[in-house]
Amino acid sequence: MSKGIWVFIELRNAKITNSSYELLSAGRKFADKLEQDFTAVLFGYNIESLTDAIAQYGVDKIILADDPKLEKYTTDAYATVLTDLIKAKQPETVFYSHSALVKDLAPRVAERLKTGVATDCIGVEISDDGQFKFTRALYAGKLFNQVYSPHARPVMATFRPNALGVEDPSGVRNVQMEKVKVQLNLENLRTLVKEILGKVQNKMDLTEAEIIVSGGRGMKASENFKLLEELAEVLGGAVGASRAAVDSGWRDHSNQVGQTGKTVSPKLYIACGISGAIQHLAGMNSSRFVVAINKDPEANIFKIADYGIVDDLFKVIPLLTEEFKKMQA
Amino acid sequence: MNIIVLLKQTFDTEAKIQLDSNNNVITDNIQYIINPYDEFALEEAIRIKEKLGDVIITVVSMGPRKVEEALRQALAMGADKSILLNDEVLFGGDEHTAAVALSQTIKQIPYDLIIGGQVAIDDGSGQVAIRVAEILDIPQVNLVTKLDVENNKLAAHRQVEVGTEVIEVFLPAMITAQKGLNEPRYPALKGIMQAKKKELKILGLADLGLTENQVGSNGANLKVISTFLPAPRNAGRILSGEISENVQELVRLLREEAKII
Ligand SMILES: Cc1cc2nc3c(=O)[nH]c(=O)nc-3n(C[C@H](O)[C@H](O)[C@H](O)COP(=O)(O)OP(=O)(O)OC[C@H]3O[C@@H](n4cnc5c(N)ncnc54)[C@H](O)[C@@H]3O)c2cc1C
Repeated sequence: MSKGIWVFIELRNAKITNSSYELLSAGRKFADKLEQDFTAVLFGYNIESLTDAIAQYGVDKIILADDPKLEKYTTDAYATVLTDLIKAKQPETVFYSHSALVKDLAPRVAERLKTGVATDCIGVEISDDGQFKFTRALYAGKLFNQVYSPHARPVMATFRPNALGVEDPSGVRNVQMEKVKVQLNLENLRTLVKEILGKVQNKMDLTEAEIIVSGGRGMKASENFKLLEELAEVLGGAVGASRAAVDSGWRDHSNQVGQTGKTVSPKLYIACGISGAIQHLAGMNSSRFVVAINKDPEANIFKIADYGIVDDLFKVIPLLTEEFKKMQA
Repeated sequence: MNIIVLLKQTFDTEAKIQLDSNNNVITDNIQYIINPYDEFALEEAIRIKEKLGDVIITVVSMGPRKVEEALRQALAMGADKSILLNDEVLFGGDEHTAAVALSQTIKQIPYDLIIGGQVAIDDGSGQVAIRVAEILDIPQVNLVTKLDVENNKLAAHRQVEVGTEVIEVFLPAMITAQKGLNEPRYPALKGIMQAKKKELKILGLADLGLTENQVGSNGANLKVISTFLPAPRNAGRILSGEISENVQELVRLLREEAKII
């Protein structure tokens, strides 16, 4: 019988991602409930110093694959090392965060292990007989379902950022450190990352933001998004956009919220000059609170907004930014 | 050069999802489209054909006979041939069984490049293309926003959280299309006429050399327990005072009532 819960820790700019801390927080609780060992798996290069922060979350074991060949993500290197580890140690469960890296990695690993992976989960619970049950969004949130893996092991799932939540570390336990010897033949790595072009309009990925200020066609021009950036800055949030704003070339597609963009569930979503088309609502209607600013009182967005202001956004947003600044002073 | 495009037919993005008393999605009055990301995949294949000339594009799909409409549209846009996997036993599985059926089909045709969408907007799972690549033992580049094909080599831009990776890979390879890759064309009248004469082959389980245990719900690892609609959101409060009052009131509500700032 395989046992143990693994979480795959992800690094971004050499730092542990917030989503990884979510996995660490939730994983410990599940491991306690199921009375299984809890293991964090960390890949990269020169990363040993990061293990202290991980240990704070009460892991029983850290598996460390520290190797120059793992410094940059490539499908083949990561999939090979991870699959071999899973085959050797047979964990019952492996959890990931739903990131660009994992979207690429998890289906590969799952197919190699002939198991399932529930992707982009927004919730998880343990049934009475000790099975994980995962909640997923379909049609970008117009529908949901719950899935599980009755037999295939390991059970694998990837979680949408903010779905699990970060908790305070539960404290260091007796941690076993296992350093993996990485054996990779460079010739077997079929993709080559030539360079990384850094061109991100947000410091934070939209799906990870707790507050999102989004703009639509009502923003009228690219430069006007500065208003939203200022507001987002004050709130510690990120800027999103409707497809109309993206298609007008005002924002990068990575900013698009909706059925053909990102599905987000922040604590607060402020929609500015967005009418509330069904494709847009699908991507944001699981936000905790929605604020709409639109000059058209009939706009669809008001039907789902918790608070609305019917007015010209070019007048409202600067006042709002000022008001938040005052509050923080 | 042979390019295969993986295509799925999905509900139109305008579709309102409703459930019947057995919790099945009601499909009456639903309009169908080519999954938008698969449309980017197809458009890219057509652009490569226009650039390189000697290219055959085969579109492969799985689903009910209704999917023939989507395949005819793909042929009208510029694909050369199409294959529909249509067999009840193939349906109702998971991403693994879908990949098994699709890759078994692809093994029967020559290919240099396979392009799919990065995700289907219905189940939002984003796994099938990558699983196909694994079964066929070819590399993949996921979430591609720019693609250059030169001889037997690809240079692809891959969208990640911190920016864009520029990735090189030799053919044969799998690419998954992200928005930004291109703007799909509309089929022209001439294309629509020609599409009627192009090949649309329908295959079933027997043609794939697979057994019932390998596909559909029999072969699936993930099982669905339940399906449900989101809790409806109700309209809240419209602030109806003078502009500066409204702004102050909004901040107060967010702080005191919603308690989120
Ligand atoms: C296949 C497909 C996929 C799609 N996917 C997505 C998706 O993922 N995401 C998405 O967002 N859309 C998507 N759409 C598009 C969607 O149908 C809408 O067209 C789009 O969301 C509209 O964007 P908008 O609300 O910014 O623009 P509009 O609908 O044009 O609304 C602009 C709003 O701004 C308001 N406004 C204008 N000026 C001001 C002002 N000065 N002050 C205040 N308010 C002002 C107007 O009253 C109006 O309500 C998709 C469509 C299709 C067909």
